[in-house]
Amino acid sequence: MNSPAGFQAAKPVLAIEGLTVSFDGFKAVNDLNLYVDRNEVHVVIGPNGAGKTTVLDLICGKTRATAGSIDFDGRELTKMREYDIVRAGVGRKFQNPSIYENLTVFENLEMSYPAGRKVFGALFFKRTQEVIERVEQVAQEIMLGDHLHRQAELLSHGQKQWLEIGMLLMQDPQLLMLDEPVAGMSVSERVATADLLNRISQGRSVLVIEHDMEFVKSIAHRVTVLHQGKVLAEGSMEAVQSNPKVIEVYLGH
Amino acid sequence: MNPTLDKLLGGKQGAIGLALLAALILVVFPLALDAFRLNMVGKYLTYAFVAVGLVLCWGYGGILSLGQGIFFGLGGYCMAMFLKLEASDPERTKIQSTPGIPDFMDWNQITELPLLWEPFHSLSFTLIAVVVVPVLLALVIGIAMFKRRVGDVYFSIVTQAIALILTVLIIGQQGLTGGVNGITDLRTLKGWDIRSDEAKLILYFVSAALLIGCILIARFIIASKLGRLLLAMRDKEERVRFSGYDVASFKIFVFCVGAAFAGIGGAMFTLQVGFMSPSFVGIVPSIEMVIFAAVGGRLSLLGAVYGALLVNFGKTYFSESFPELWLYLMGGLFIVVVMYFPNGLAGLWDSHGKRCLARLRRKPQVLVTPPPAVIATGKRPTPELETTP
Ligand SMILES: Nc1ncnc2c1ncn2[C@@H]1O[C@H](COP(=O)(O)OP(=O)(O)OP(=O)(O)O)[C@@H](O)[C@H]1O
Ligand SMILES: [Mg+2]
Repeated sequence: MNSPAGFQAAKPVLAIEGLTVSFDGFKAVNDLNLYVDRNEVHVVIGPNGAGKTTVLDLICGKTRATAGSIDFDGRELTKMREYDIVRAGVGRKFQNPSIYENLTVFENLEMSYPAGRKVFGALFFKRTQEVIERVEQVAQEIMLGDHLHRQAELLSHGQKQWLEIGMLLMQDPQLLMLDEPVAGMSVSERVATADLLNRISQGRSVLVIEHDMEFVKSIAHRVTVLHQGKVLAEGSMEAVQSNPKVIEVYLGH
Repeated sequence: MNPTLDKLLGGKQGAIGLALLAALILVVFPLALDAFRLNMVGKYLTYAFVAVGLVLCWGYGGILSLGQGIFFGLGGYCMAMFLKLEASDPERTKIQSTPGIPDFMDWNQITELPLLWEPFHSLSFTLIAVVVVPVLLALVIGIAMFKRRVGDVYFSIVTQAIALILTVLIIGQQGLTGGVNGITDLRTLKGWDIRSDEAKLILYFVSAALLIGCILIARFIIASKLGRLLLAMRDKEERVRFSGYDVASFKIFVFCVGAAFAGIGGAMFTLQVGFMSPSFVGIVPSIEMVIFAAVGGRLSLLGAVYGALLVNFGKTYFSESFPELWLYLMGGLFIVVVMYFPNGLAGLWDSHGKRCLARLRRKPQVLVTPPPAVIATGKRPTPELETTP
């Protein structure tokens, strides 16, 4: 496109347009438009079954779109393979903490280090000083610096959530997608997670799905309300919270 | 210790275990057994190649192939084709209507050596083919199945079907393959008579050394990041995929390695036993090989060797005394192992053997220490197996 350079800088890192997915005729996501800007923390909220998780599935290639496009930094994700999407810079945390329970915190993080990703690379992968430093640095960031050699299954639920976020950070993704990162966390863990997100969103975009309004308030730059696979409202937290339609379908009860 | 060497040996415990196995097959058996029995053990050890490959594919990779006989057979047939050509020189076959081709071809009115057989005049080609042919087929099957993400059960069934198809094909193409009798009457390797006791002894040692080589390669794989990825995939395949890995490529890789091991085993079988036939390719031998790995412990490379030896000793004993009972016994054994001892002999050893050893040392104040650095050894006893004194 011939857009001037100044405009280019403001171009969203992720542009979802006309996205639709239909499961046997049921449109879980229906003609959705959603944009995530650079360095933005964008939160998606909405009632159960609104299609929030499905949107993340579509972005990371787990589910294939029926129609529409997902442009990530100039690349069309709807046709890319899952691992290519990750390698392009999209990291995704699942709704249920998804970590390797039998491995230690260190190994969990090391597993996500973006080297040795192909068969022979993995076969001859060496735990270099660089890898160790990166793992320690990320472990510090996710408040697990003292638990490096603990088996992951022995961590608390909240720590598991952080560990999975850390695994994504290892890849230094441009776009970080988190599905309900504070579900099941204590109040103090939620506060710590909000701080964590505010720290790690420096220099990257974060797309978060959350139900906890206090938490959303403390992190969101922009909020999108999803309902029946469509955008119901979008804007700042205050604007969305006072939107009568949103109150009716979601916040009211 | 040098980290690569450490990886190969699997730490101190792994090194001791391997040394014991090496002592058993390289020293104890050759000293204790007569030529006939030793040759029999040599035959069992060729199955152990397959079982070791199954530990990689099934134990670590989570892919249960019920068709490893395919690869064992392909390796064995490649070797048999070479030996058969050498045994069919024009001088020895001059009474045939077409001298210089294998006897069974002559019986099937074939008058010219089929093109497929031509390259097997060369020993170097044959040695390469023993590994490459099984690997290529595994690659094709692997790509077709894993890239499409077929389910585990479906994969097992397809491997069975391929084993069956291959058997039918071999039996059907009598003129090309020797049919149901297989390729028999093999005599010499580059003029060296493989039927003599001395040759059998040497072949036994070659086979045992190759088996240890395969175990070392498998250990290297398990101890590498790839090994950890395999375990991670069994636990959370999605997480691995969405961490930027092409999950299918790792499965294809271990499946190919398993096929290569099986091919080598098959070739050593042909050399030591002196023939190859479709009865080593089909469904029953393929399932037997899974039983060897299951009995030994599907996460233990050394266990797989012991499993292959023990089950075959049992098979020889029982099928001599109660031939009709053996099949039921084997089935029963498999069910018991899978239901009650999912980690096989190796699991029993981890949970009981070590404790007994510690008690034998009669130092009551010394508790059984949990295995140090389980990661480094590459062998990860499952939590419920860990010894609690
Ligand atoms: N693979 C699938 N096949 C069929 N239906 C699906 C599939 N995935 C999701 N759905 C349906 O799509 C709808 C949206 O589901 P989704 O998981 O995206 O909701 P959500 O907004 O994440 O809800 P929650 O807040 O409960 O996590 C649901 O009705 C769900 O049943
Ligand atoms: Mg959801």
